[in-house]
Amino acid sequence: MSILVKKDIAVLVQGITGKEGSFHAQKMLSCGTRIVAGVTPGKGGDWVLDEKIPVFDTVKAAIETTGAEASVIFVPPDHAADAIFEAIDAQLRFVICVTEGIPLQDMMRVKRYLGTSETQLIGPNSPGLLSPGKIKLGIIPADIAKPGNIGVISRSGTLTYEIVNAVSKAGGGISSCIGIGGDPILGTGYVELLELFEEDPETEKILLIGEIGGRFEEDAVRFISQHVTKPAYAYIVGKSAPEGRRMGHAGAIIEKRAGSAAYKIEMIKNAGIRLASSIEEIPALLLKS
Amino acid sequence: MRIQEYQSKRIFSQYGIPIPRGRVAINAIIADHIYEELKTDVVIKAQVLTGGRGKAGGIRLAKSAEQVEEITNEILSMTIKGYPVRKILVEEAIKIEQEYFIAITSDKDNGLPLLLASKYGGVDIEELVKGNHNAVCSIPIDPLVGMLEFQVRSAALAIELPKQLWVDFSRIVLCLWELYRENDAESVEINPLVISEDNQLIALDAKVSIDENAIYRHPELSEFFDLEAEDRMEYQAKKYGLSYVKLDGNIGCMVNGAGLAMATLDLLTDCGGKPANFLDIGGGANAEKVASGLKIIMDDRRVKVILINIFGGITRCDEVARGIITALESKKCSLPVVVRLAGTHAAEGLALLASGEFITADNITEAIKRSVQLAKGKKK
Repeated sequence: MSILVKKDIAVLVQGITGKEGSFHAQKMLSCGTRIVAGVTPGKGGDWVLDEKIPVFDTVKAAIETTGAEASVIFVPPDHAADAIFEAIDAQLRFVICVTEGIPLQDMMRVKRYLGTSETQLIGPNSPGLLSPGKIKLGIIPADIAKPGNIGVISRSGTLTYEIVNAVSKAGGGISSCIGIGGDPILGTGYVELLELFEEDPETEKILLIGEIGGRFEEDAVRFISQHVTKPAYAYIVGKSAPEGRRMGHAGAIIEKRAGSAAYKIEMIKNAGIRLASSIEEIPALLLKS
Repeated sequence: MRIQEYQSKRIFSQYGIPIPRGRVAINAIIADHIYEELKTDVVIKAQVLTGGRGKAGGIRLAKSAEQVEEITNEILSMTIKGYPVRKILVEEAIKIEQEYFIAITSDKDNGLPLLLASKYGGVDIEELVKGNHNAVCSIPIDPLVGMLEFQVRSAALAIELPKQLWVDFSRIVLCLWELYRENDAESVEINPLVISEDNQLIALDAKVSIDENAIYRHPELSEFFDLEAEDRMEYQAKKYGLSYVKLDGNIGCMVNGAGLAMATLDLLTDCGGKPANFLDIGGGANAEKVASGLKIIMDDRRVKVILINIFGGITRCDEVARGIITALESKKCSLPVVVRLAGTHAAEGLALLASGEFITADNITEAIKRSVQLAKGKKK
């Protein structure tokens, strides 16, 4: 069992006819993910990925025909908010949005609409979910991880790959690895996913990879202290970042003291969570205990 | 992305928000023209994208043509918090009865716009809040419904605005909301909004910041971006879709992914190195994008060593290697280049680089230690 979704959940891909959408849909298929449909307005009736996957004009039509319950979104930023609205409106249970660069006010409206629904949105600007050997939703390279007992939750893509790869090389395995996204406004924060990792029988340790900006890590630390019984580990990047500058991710900006790495690191230490002070320490820290 | 006061005020006037009469000037001759047109005392304001202009002497009153010339020349020769003053705003001086603070900001933690109002206008609002948490009233706005009149009335009540001005106030704040919405602003601020001697509400200052992700929807705003005010290298990077932040060290860094880039800079700093920049080439960058990023670093005269750290997921290391080779062929570069490639097609990438004078490293720590040694003057 992966966290969040069952491994044979039926998945549709919004933006499947685009360059990224088709590339990653293929990669997901080869990891065993049950991709059942694609959605691209205007291309309904086409078949893609070796003529195996039908394309629909709307999410609703795709669900009616294929029974899809989750969506992975690769729609470009100017139409991505609309794609998320459509997915929520069609009552999809899970939506993972990979798109980076959605306008802030679009995301405020999405977030508000999301609150009136049962849909769980991961992202935007998320690399998605990978449960090695079970399912992949998104873009996390599958070959960097092998199955194991470590749950990884992060705000970034490549940094997570780097760490997971190093952990694998040191002999560690991953239960599930999920990126909540690098944007300031996110559908799901760390907390709801930490809850799932706490319940997940396959996860024995949890690694949280955080960064500067926002109060996501603060919420996570509070939740871990109160509700997580499994050993938790943390690593925070951005301690050398200047204040007020956006470090690549739209959400990675120190706007007040609470957003700084020093503040977050202090909270983590005070809560008794095991902290890796640099990236190279992580595998040993995770695997020694 | 913040825009200048005079530009913000141009948008204010398009939305019917009252502002003082005046215009922007780049020299004393134009400033004098404006003074003659206005036929009244004027305030001369430095146009720079930073706070604390008043304290620095960048906002001053002039009561004669001689003073206008003198003050204009003085302000135009100033540098405020590192920003050279290139333009000034010359405006009629308004006699102030009362000052307020009004803003609409985006509360990212809660995903909602906020209407902020305070009866203590004209001061540094962040300092004010530190001293007195109740000094600013904050009203969350539903982004799907928009700002409602009763919410504006609550703000008027909270700042103890005289009731005869409520109608005007409501009109101004609702216009400000329209401005925020239609221009995809990240924040809009009037500090101070004043009651003038003749009992009118006027926006004496204007700050508008536009969401960079939404610029594509507002081609008309692109003329407002002050290229002079932006760092040349940051501007170049933006043009190629790269994310670049200038820092003050001497190791030029290029990394894929924001998180990994931050981790690289952190480790570099821990090892005693000083990064010259943050540069994230993003996911799936092709050779062309890699080359343009690398050229920006090569053009930076402060750089002594170039460090390239790539963990290929969507990004293919052979594409990165091709980009590196293209950039180095197009420009003569005598700087040492330390490269670490891992992940997708790393072996192919390293094979491409084998013929050149690169210092390759197997992992991030080794790459960083090598770069720091080289920056400190140790030989290849």
